Amino acid sequence: MKRIISLTVQDRSGVLNRVTGVLQRRQFNIASISVGPTETEGVSKMTLVVDVEDEQRLEQVTKQLNKQIDVLKVSDITDKAIVVRELALIKVASSAQLRGEINGIIDPFRAMIIDVSKDSLAVQITGRPDKIDALIELLRPYGIKEIARTGLTAFQRGHQPQGNELSATYLLK
Amino acid sequence: MKVEAKLEFQTSTAPKTGADLLIDLLIKEGVETIFGYPGGAVLPIYDAIYRARGSINHVLFRHEQGMIHAAEGYARITGKPGVVIGTSGPGATNLVTGITDAMMDSLPLVVFTGQVARSVIGTDAFQEADVMAITTPITKHNYQVQSVADLPRIVKEAFHIASTGRPGPVLVDVPKDISSEVLSMVPEEVSIHLPGYQPTYKPNPLQIRKLAEALPKAKKPVILAGAGVLHSQASAELTTFAEKHHIPVVTTLLGLGTFPADSPLSLGMGGMHGTYTANMALYESDLLINFGARFDDRLTGNLKHFAPFAKVAHIDIDPAEIGKNVPTQIPIVADAKVALTQLLDEAVASPECAEWHEKLTQYKKDFPLWYKLDSSGMSPQWLVEAIHKVTKGEAIVATDVGQHQMWAAQYYTFNKPHRWITSGGLGTMGFGFPAAIGAQMAAPDATVVAIVGDAGFQMTLQELSVIYERNLPVKIIIVNNGALGMVRQWQELQYENRISESILQTQPDFVKLAESYGIRGAKIDNQEDLVASLPELMAYDGPVLIDCRVLQKEKVFPMIAPGKGLHEMIGVKPQ
Ligand SMILES: Cc1ncc(C[n+]2csc(CCOP(=O)(O)OP(=O)(O)O)c2C)c(N)n1
Ligand SMILES: [Mg+2]
Repeated sequence: MKRIISLTVQDRSGVLNRVTGVLQRRQFNIASISVGPTETEGVSKMTLVVDVEDEQRLEQVTKQLNKQIDVLKVSDITDKAIVVRELALIKVASSAQLRGEINGIIDPFRAMIIDVSKDSLAVQITGRPDKIDALIELLRPYGIKEIARTGLTAFQRGHQPQGNELSATYLLK
Repeated sequence: MKVEAKLEFQTSTAPKTGADLLIDLLIKEGVETIFGYPGGAVLPIYDAIYRARGSINHVLFRHEQGMIHAAEGYARITGKPGVVIGTSGPGATNLVTGITDAMMDSLPLVVFTGQVARSVIGTDAFQEADVMAITTPITKHNYQVQSVADLPRIVKEAFHIASTGRPGPVLVDVPKDISSEVLSMVPEEVSIHLPGYQPTYKPNPLQIRKLAEALPKAKKPVILAGAGVLHSQASAELTTFAEKHHIPVVTTLLGLGTFPADSPLSLGMGGMHGTYTANMALYESDLLINFGARFDDRLTGNLKHFAPFAKVAHIDIDPAEIGKNVPTQIPIVADAKVALTQLLDEAVASPECAEWHEKLTQYKKDFPLWYKLDSSGMSPQWLVEAIHKVTKGEAIVATDVGQHQMWAAQYYTFNKPHRWITSGGLGTMGFGFPAAIGAQMAAPDATVVAIVGDAGFQMTLQELSVIYERNLPVKIIIVNNGALGMVRQWQELQYENRISESILQTQPDFVKLAESYGIRGAKIDNQEDLVASLPELMAYDGPVLIDCRVLQKEKVFPMIAPGKGLHEMIGVKPQ
């Protein structure tokens, strides 16, 4: 099962190494990882999507991550009410004639064309990973030349409904 | 001229270089002894050590592995961090085994490695190794110093992290340009703040209550005592608790000495080569109370059969250990001493378990440790018993890894804590002798015995120089079976006696070897001679090496074969 793990860490050299090392040693597959600064100086947020076999191993790895001196907080936010976003850049083969057609496809996704050349164009999309997956599928028939994705980043919504059934696993096919 | 310059420095308060500052900080931390080995990248630090001689003691070992194991032995006895200084590149990589060993057995170390200057880090400079990457998985924490101004904080944090919570090794990598930087001003005193590191010492009272309620309901309670009890100096509390409620106690390999072996409640060591009674008690128990042991696989055997009928309470300062291997109904994250003190303060009713005690007493009677005394040579188990007798069971014993280690664990019984030094988690050959040196340095007046194998001793024997030089009266007993005995035993039992590369065809003359280092040596190959000479050899005021020739084919029994459960021990009766 895929889980979204959110870590706040002290922004010190080596902390990324420690975090990925803990996961690698316990044979967790990291599907994506994104890191960036937070509202607090010296504190970074990492969002990891990991593949885990069972709850017990997940708990163990969470504890091991928590043990790292520079890790301030670890939470599995998969089952929380969260906001999740990812950015993808997609280079699609396209002649000038097809450009309008492609525009029609990406428009409902609120994606946009950010670069155009003679035989290709680059699409930028921001959204939930499942939405990005869907757009990629729609663009595939045109011939995708290159994809770059940031990996998702997320945090908990301001309001957490009680006893929710909001598991974000559906985002993580 | 020279003298003047030195005096001037000594009277001035400002340290001269980053290295001087470092040594100053070590002195402030109360460090008395440095286990070290110099080299290019630490030359500035050694220059500072030169200037600070008289205020700090540096011991030059002969190999970095030897010195770090010595630092581990020192840490085990003093409870304080062992301080190690090694050079960059090969110096650092030679330390890796010891750092890993300390990580596995939760020993506090602060290891300083030299590093090439910051301007050339990452260029494959001479003697550069990526020590930070190499040691990330084997340290509790590691630092590379990026500015002299950070040194006071880093040193303080390193000692704090190494010695608090679950102890462990912390490494500080010091680039040469930092240690040689001339200071214009002394960085100010610092206080440290580690928001991501707040070990829990006090138990959750609800969980303590849960345990207090479970106790009187138990019919077959047993305590498992591990090295966590030693780290928190809680042997006395553990003993009081067990005696108050009349609960039998099993210790782990590293936990030997936490509970007096001569107490009727002591069941001895559990695990692969533990006693039958200890393992059956764990197997049959209905309430297992684990104080500071990590349910290592050599203790549990096949997890499917580990304490299958028991409610498990686990008291550990490291939350990650609780539930890691064994499902735990009463998890208590706490320091063992604090938890035990609270349990002693609580109104806890005692369990009634006369039948349980009867059963265990019967097991003890029916299945004691055994060996056959073979008069054709010296039995290694008998040898350990003889050492126990001569040292009145009061020695500090350090062992290497192998059969002799298990025999020492089985037959050198301890009634007091902090006298047993062995490599448990990593099982590092070459550990025993240097660890004994560190222990002797920590306890100069104690009798320190290194019980080592003929093979493992040869991995770090170069440190004979150190005990000669400093006249450290370590007594080295080589349990010489001419073999990698433990490997030979497994090949005999698990690989149909295909003895592959586990016999030592040639050996040095250990007596002459000792003598070449200036150390007294003796060779003994029979019981009578041992009885006649051991007391005098052990009483000798100086280091002694005794090459004891023992029977090669002896095996460590009883044992839990790989994949088997606690209740499936073999070799429980004389064969
Ligand atoms: C550094 C290292 N290499 C290999 C081993 C595997 N090993 C475990 S016990 C053993 C044999 C040790 O022989 P010896 O020191 O003579 O002790 P004995 O078992 O004979 O008492 C070996 C090779 C180890 N534990 N450590
Ligand atoms: Mg041997």
